Amino acid sequence: MSQRQVLQVFEQYQKARTQFVQTVAELATRPQNIETLQNAGVLSLLRPLLLDVVPTIQQTSALALGRLANYNDDLAEAVVKGDILPQLVYSLAEQNRFYKKAAAFVLRAVAKHSPQLAQSIVDCGAVDMLVICLEDFDPGVKEAAAWALGCVARHNAELSQAVVDAGAVPLLVLCIQEPEIALKRIAASALSDLSKHSPELAQTVVDAGAIAHLAQMILNPDAKLKRQVLSALSQIAKHSVDLAEMVVEAEIFPVVLTCLKDPDEYVKKNSATLIREIARHTPELSQLIVNAGGVAAVIDCIGNCKGNVRLPGIMMLGYVAAHSENLAMAVIISKGVPQLAICLSEEAEDHIKAAAAWSLGQIGRHTPEHARAVAVANVLPKLLSLYMDTESSEDLQVKAKKALKNILQKCTHLPALEPLLHDAPPNILKHVVGQFSKVLPHDSKARRLFVTSGGLKKIQEISADPGSPLQEYINTINNCYPEEIVRYYSPGYSQTLLERVDHYQPVLS
Amino acid sequence: MATLERLRKEMSDLIPEFFRQCRAADENRLAEYNAAVVIQSWFRGSRVRAHLRHLNRMVNVIQKWWRGYLARKYFRNKVKTAYFIMKMNFYNDMAVRIQKMWRGYYVRKYVHNYYALKKYLEGVAIKNSLVRKELEEYATMREKEKLKQDLEKEERRKNYEARKMHYLLSTEQVAGVFNSPYRQYPDEMEFRLQRARPLSHRDLPKKSNDSDGFVDWSDCRHPFSFPTTSLLPPINKKKPQGPFRDVGEVLQQRYKPLEPTLKVATSFTSVEEAREEIKRQEWAKGFQDVMFAPFASFHKNKPYEPLIHTSTEYKRIPYGNQNFRVEEATKWVTKKRASAFG
Repeated sequence: MSQRQVLQVFEQYQKARTQFVQTVAELATRPQNIETLQNAGVLSLLRPLLLDVVPTIQQTSALALGRLANYNDDLAEAVVKGDILPQLVYSLAEQNRFYKKAAAFVLRAVAKHSPQLAQSIVDCGAVDMLVICLEDFDPGVKEAAAWALGCVARHNAELSQAVVDAGAVPLLVLCIQEPEIALKRIAASALSDLSKHSPELAQTVVDAGAIAHLAQMILNPDAKLKRQVLSALSQIAKHSVDLAEMVVEAEIFPVVLTCLKDPDEYVKKNSATLIREIARHTPELSQLIVNAGGVAAVIDCIGNCKGNVRLPGIMMLGYVAAHSENLAMAVIISKGVPQLAICLSEEAEDHIKAAAAWSLGQIGRHTPEHARAVAVANVLPKLLSLYMDTESSEDLQVKAKKALKNILQKCTHLPALEPLLHDAPPNILKHVVGQFSKVLPHDSKARRLFVTSGGLKKIQEISADPGSPLQEYINTINNCYPEEIVRYYSPGYSQTLLERVDHYQPVLS
Repeated sequence: MATLERLRKEMSDLIPEFFRQCRAADENRLAEYNAAVVIQSWFRGSRVRAHLRHLNRMVNVIQKWWRGYLARKYFRNKVKTAYFIMKMNFYNDMAVRIQKMWRGYYVRKYVHNYYALKKYLEGVAIKNSLVRKELEEYATMREKEKLKQDLEKEERRKNYEARKMHYLLSTEQVAGVFNSPYRQYPDEMEFRLQRARPLSHRDLPKKSNDSDGFVDWSDCRHPFSFPTTSLLPPINKKKPQGPFRDVGEVLQQRYKPLEPTLKVATSFTSVEEAREEIKRQEWAKGFQDVMFAPFASFHKNKPYEPLIHTSTEYKRIPYGNQNFRVEEATKWVTKKRASAFG
């Protein structure tokens, strides 16, 4: 045998290996193949190939593993159990950039499934290696590492703390400043995941100077980057007043409002969320948003979109209105109430309706003027029907009732209250009648109108327990009218009149 | 004398009378005495009673005055406190009135200024309309840009298409596909074809093969695919004369990438260049061109620092530093030999 023949054997073997890993990697892209691959014991076959002498094979086998682990958490767990992670982590420091990328992909695919799997990633020391990869020259490697770190940090505060302790934050902040859009995007998303768990973590991110860079990128034309940036800012701002103020101080204000007009739905949603998280903390911050015209922009945004994208905007209006009556008035004059009324009737999902009901309650609860503005938009019957509807969720019913009560206790706009007299249940009726009993003694025109519109008749038909507040209110109303009128409208009065006719003896001359 | 005479005459009558009278007096003495006692007791009693009555009347007077004095004093106090309370109530009322006015004024002026509030809300409304308008403008601008970009993209696509289909251009004799003789005007594509430059074969995009077999599949965005076979050599119309080698082989030979050996690939002066480069790097990194002289040999003059344990007063003689027989006479305990030598 010649030397050539000997070498040919090796060549064939290498070709076969290459073809095997490439085929497996390609098969792993289709979900229907995964189970077959798993049953064929693909993991144990791929594991030795991770240590192959040929870099291409190593890289491709890592890629195949990543795709398998990406598919579901059973496979990810199998990857963890198969002791593959230490090999990956070991070689993460050694190999070329393609291998690093593939290895980071595997780590990401494992970490994304559950906190336990992410914890196992942390336990095998991968986080430190990933942080080292963040310092790599190649943007692709950085991107993969940042993504993996984000997936680890996403689950809970301890895992985020582990990532922060490994020193990832300053490097991620550096990654945001890189020119590559994809890297920026992933780094911003990782920062968002890091800072969402606790104020301390958010403070760490802020201390690394992330806010200024994030705020600069709000104007970036790339929609996906904008999404992540806005999400990161809102995750930072949500924890405390100080953090929210720091976010505001980065002069995001007129700029964020343009994002509310973005064609991308998620950009809209995230920017509304950011505004909501800032408005939530103090009246001063809300005031600042109102002064910047944020309320009008949010209201327009609510009008332009549908479904879940509306939710943060709706809640933002509620938070702003809850702080003080002036702010609630600002929401009213920004034409927020009609928009919320539209949301209340248009939206199909209960939680959005509940949010709209809550916001309306917050707007209407301050003064009679506020309540009037809400009542004029014809919201009360809608709220009542939501409260009475048996198909509404419990939360929606509670919110609708609370809102109704808040508004009714301040409402003196009688025309809006009248329809409620006819179809409200006793616990709501109490408030409605109470409002009538407060207004009628002082307003003669309203008294007249109340009789002609049939309200008095309705009042007489209410059967209240003697001594209950409802009965007291009814008595107060009855005292505003002459005896005969009250008796005339009492049920059964015609009967008594007829009886009197029967018993009457005509005087014959 | 006559009287005396008369007395003598009457003497005889007188003596019995005297005796009778004395007896009568003795007989009545007790009764009279008792009567006197009764009279005296009554009289004395009357007098004492009168005195007591007098005293009582005096006491009444005194008490009347005293009680009157006390009552008046009490009353005066009572009136004083009542007056004080009334006064305080009045003052409080007035204070409340003043405070009410002041607070109302203050709140209206500084805290809840109705007009300021109105103005603020108007300002907010104006700001809102401004923001709405600006955002509207921004959105329309974005839309226009998007539209423009789309149009440009479409235009580029069509142009590329035209370049690709340049062979469909009509000639003088034969009308092309887009230039139907049954129509009044040729299709728009026809003009595009006229303007377009035909796509040459050389412009075909070359496969970038710079990663030496490593392909970046880690982002799962592109599906993996096997490497396609290389391009076939162009088909020749006629067979060339002569015993030539296979065309494919020749082309392969010609377009084979240059694979120089390491020796050839490396520059002849690479060592010198590298040295120069290192020098330049050092020069660029250094803060000073001249080395700082005093510290140049600093590390050489560093004294040996012994361990703390071993640095006693009575040091060990450093092994073999001079010779093995050196003696330090100063450290001897006895002076015997020192004196002997000295």
